Amino acid sequence: MSKAGITLATAGPSAPAVRPTGRRGVELALIVLAVGLSVYGYCAVGLARNGTVPPGAAGYGAGLGVLAVLAHLAVRWRAPLADPLPLPIGVLLNGVGLVLIYRLDLETPGDRAAPAQLIWSTLGVALFIAVILVLRDHRVLQRYTYLCVTVALVLLTVPILFPAVNGARIWIRVAGFSIQPGEFAKVLLAVFFAAYLAANRSALTYAGRRVWGMQLPTGRVLGPIVAVWLVSVGVLVLERDLGTSLLFFGLFVVLLYVATGRTGWIAVGLLLASLGAVAVGRLEPHVHHRIETWLRPFASIEAGEGPNQIAQSLFAFAEGGILGSGLGLGHSVLIGFAVKSDFILATAGEELGLAGLSAIILLYGLLVERGYRAGLALRDPFGRLLAVGLASLVALQVFVIAGGVTGLIPLTGMAMPFLAQGGSSVVTNWAIVALLVRLSDSARRQDAAGALR
Amino acid sequence: MTRHIRHAALFCALLLVALLVNAARVQVLHAEDYEANPANRRATITRYQQPRGDIWVDGRPVTGSRDTGEHLRYERTYSDGPLYAPVTGFASQEYGTTLLEATEDAVLSGAAPVLQPLPLWNEFTRSRSAGGDVLTTIDPRAQRAAYEGLRGRKGAVAAVEPSTGRILALVSVPSYDPEPLSGNGRTAREAWARLNADPDRPMLNRAVQRTYPPGSTFKVVTAAAALDAGVVKGVDEPTRSPDPYLLPGTTTRLVNGTDRCRNATLRDAFVRSCNTVFAQLGVATGVERLRRTAESFGFNDADLRVPFPVAPSTFDTTVDAAQLALSSIGQYNTRATPLQMAMVAAAVASGGQVREPYLVERTTRASGGTVSAAGSGAVRRAMLPATASRLRELMRGVVEDGTGGKAAIEGAVVGGKTGTAQHGLGNSGMPYAWFISWAQREDELEPKVAVAVVVEDGEGSRREISGGGTAAPVARAVMEAVLRPE
Repeated sequence: MSKAGITLATAGPSAPAVRPTGRRGVELALIVLAVGLSVYGYCAVGLARNGTVPPGAAGYGAGLGVLAVLAHLAVRWRAPLADPLPLPIGVLLNGVGLVLIYRLDLETPGDRAAPAQLIWSTLGVALFIAVILVLRDHRVLQRYTYLCVTVALVLLTVPILFPAVNGARIWIRVAGFSIQPGEFAKVLLAVFFAAYLAANRSALTYAGRRVWGMQLPTGRVLGPIVAVWLVSVGVLVLERDLGTSLLFFGLFVVLLYVATGRTGWIAVGLLLASLGAVAVGRLEPHVHHRIETWLRPFASIEAGEGPNQIAQSLFAFAEGGILGSGLGLGHSVLIGFAVKSDFILATAGEELGLAGLSAIILLYGLLVERGYRAGLALRDPFGRLLAVGLASLVALQVFVIAGGVTGLIPLTGMAMPFLAQGGSSVVTNWAIVALLVRLSDSARRQDAAGALR
Repeated sequence: MTRHIRHAALFCALLLVALLVNAARVQVLHAEDYEANPANRRATITRYQQPRGDIWVDGRPVTGSRDTGEHLRYERTYSDGPLYAPVTGFASQEYGTTLLEATEDAVLSGAAPVLQPLPLWNEFTRSRSAGGDVLTTIDPRAQRAAYEGLRGRKGAVAAVEPSTGRILALVSVPSYDPEPLSGNGRTAREAWARLNADPDRPMLNRAVQRTYPPGSTFKVVTAAAALDAGVVKGVDEPTRSPDPYLLPGTTTRLVNGTDRCRNATLRDAFVRSCNTVFAQLGVATGVERLRRTAESFGFNDADLRVPFPVAPSTFDTTVDAAQLALSSIGQYNTRATPLQMAMVAAAVASGGQVREPYLVERTTRASGGTVSAAGSGAVRRAMLPATASRLRELMRGVVEDGTGGKAAIEGAVVGGKTGTAQHGLGNSGMPYAWFISWAQREDELEPKVAVAVVVEDGEGSRREISGGGTAAPVARAVMEAVLRPE
């Protein structure tokens, strides 16, 4: 996996003085690059729109830089062996997201979202630092398994009591702030799943009988799975949030498979998922409409009602072509509602082109890969499942929303990690990156300990 | 567990690869379809993102652009909108473009590839050239003289320079201001509805888009054909023509508005505008020779563009002798645009040569460099030079001692021909008053202007004189404006 690892392996027990080297210098260099790229994008927007470097460029760069360096110092102090990639990736994606939102703010003078997003980013980085400083060992989280699931379920159910916003009951509004508690619930559920499955692996793996060559689970252990399935469908029906329920269910199936290695689980999972999807697609008009739009995105144009959001989003991506129109020069604002949140990727696609979009997707891919690396390197089942869970969470979320806005799958309202406007999402994603950094640090530590032993 | 983690990683990788493949599908494979979708507003936004190039008349732009700060940013403005509307047309964000705004749209909007500094430059830089300018041949004094002359009436004026074909004036009255149509809001919709509901059809460019029966002005064409064919030997020899003339194969008697037409000479018949003489001459010349002459003047040409298309003037060739007789005096199915009749006068003035009329002198880049310039267009011979010189004499006679006296200009040689065309079922409509003419300063070598005027409501009188009464003074004002630029 790493140079340090190889050095240790060859050095063997006879060289106890060799310590694994942290790669904090690499991390700092990458952070400087990430901040530089973001400031460059910020300036490019201003130059394209007004011919001048925007007045806030220095402040924006300084703000982002200070946040990133503080995060870096926290890692340097408390997780010196951590993987050097997740933090710069988070900084770059967050920085690009701020640039895109600032760029869209220029089109909607009455609705400025970038300053609020910067505040939420600050909170997110603060949470990152807090997690790195406080959580010295990820295994501590196993103690709070049932607290996690309780809080998660409360967070998921609270928005039902609040009025629906744009057809979905996923927000709570307090004192002018809107929060999406489902975002926080994602991390807590990932912790719960990892801890529950790590504890019950054997029961799940070896019980049950074989049918058609597949190992089916027994009724006793099937209970929690059915419960989770019910919660997902409940979220879907009561909150009309297709994306979140899909995310939870996908996460659970992936972790179940990784924990038990039983393909039977996947079969059961897919069966339940398709049953739920078909039923909901048929019965729930909101979801049914989304599927119709996905199948025929230009139906509303043919009907003379003008382009819908998906059509506008496809137009934006198409306009971008390979190299894009350049920051500040596209017209993705035509998408209208949710252009800064769910549809933020369309702005990236139009103004940065397929090249920029691929770079962004590859950044997510790299982040996921680093998560899986940590999972493979860790020795304890909980840590492995948690790393895999968090990485899969990012991958699934990127797939669900990016696939939705590019017409690959039906659109489900969800925030593009780090890029999209939305405080809850940014804070949550910084927590995910913090956990991945902590897990990678633990992996190297366990590695070193194992090698030295 | 390690093996299963790898499987899960593979699954996540597949998801992201699917995203990349799909992005390539949308952004590259289907990009052109999506960009061409009519519901995609990007092309429209880009089009109005920059000021539109201007249309110029004699060193001065008659159009402009206004920054509205709206989504479709620049809107067209017009100075002297109604005066130049038959030249410029309108450029509307809602209703498209017409006339020069339409035919020169690629240059004005900056979309023309020829405006690029290097081939494919705009595609490479994703930029758009600044709108180019269109310089017209219009003479503002002639244009205004024609417009003022028709004020309060319905009609049209076309004036050309005989030696080149440059269009000096193109006026249609009643006119309209194209500016309210420029935007895409309520103003534009209301103006559009109002203009379309107007029974006078102000958006119709009568000078080029409408044909009228040319009446007696067509006698110039008939005389040219008869002289070229040798049907008439000399202009002062008596023609053997009865009065009234019995249309061949019918019992219909064709009469004249004036007397002394029986066996009149061509000169007298032309000056007095004897229908009987020219009907008989037309029949004697024959449909084939008449058609050839008419077509060399520009009749039956559906492809004439100046650069916007001109309605084809018609001379029907599937006629019997009686219909031919009527066609020869500009009735039956003979129809002409005012521009066509100006071309007829111009051909007489320039020794029988017909030059394609044109309205655009030059198109330039925003920086001033010439994109294209009007070359010498095709020249056709409509009649022998000798015939042209005889016709000039006849037309001078009309102005000096005939029905066109009101067109005379001091210090200039003026030739003209009046016309009153009947129309409507049973000739019930108010007759159209015509006057076509050319003028040459006495101190110059060739005529500088040829003009055709049609007035739709030729006063109450049905007499031949009305062409000379209402249309001739307008023609005179236009010619004077060209000859004596103060």
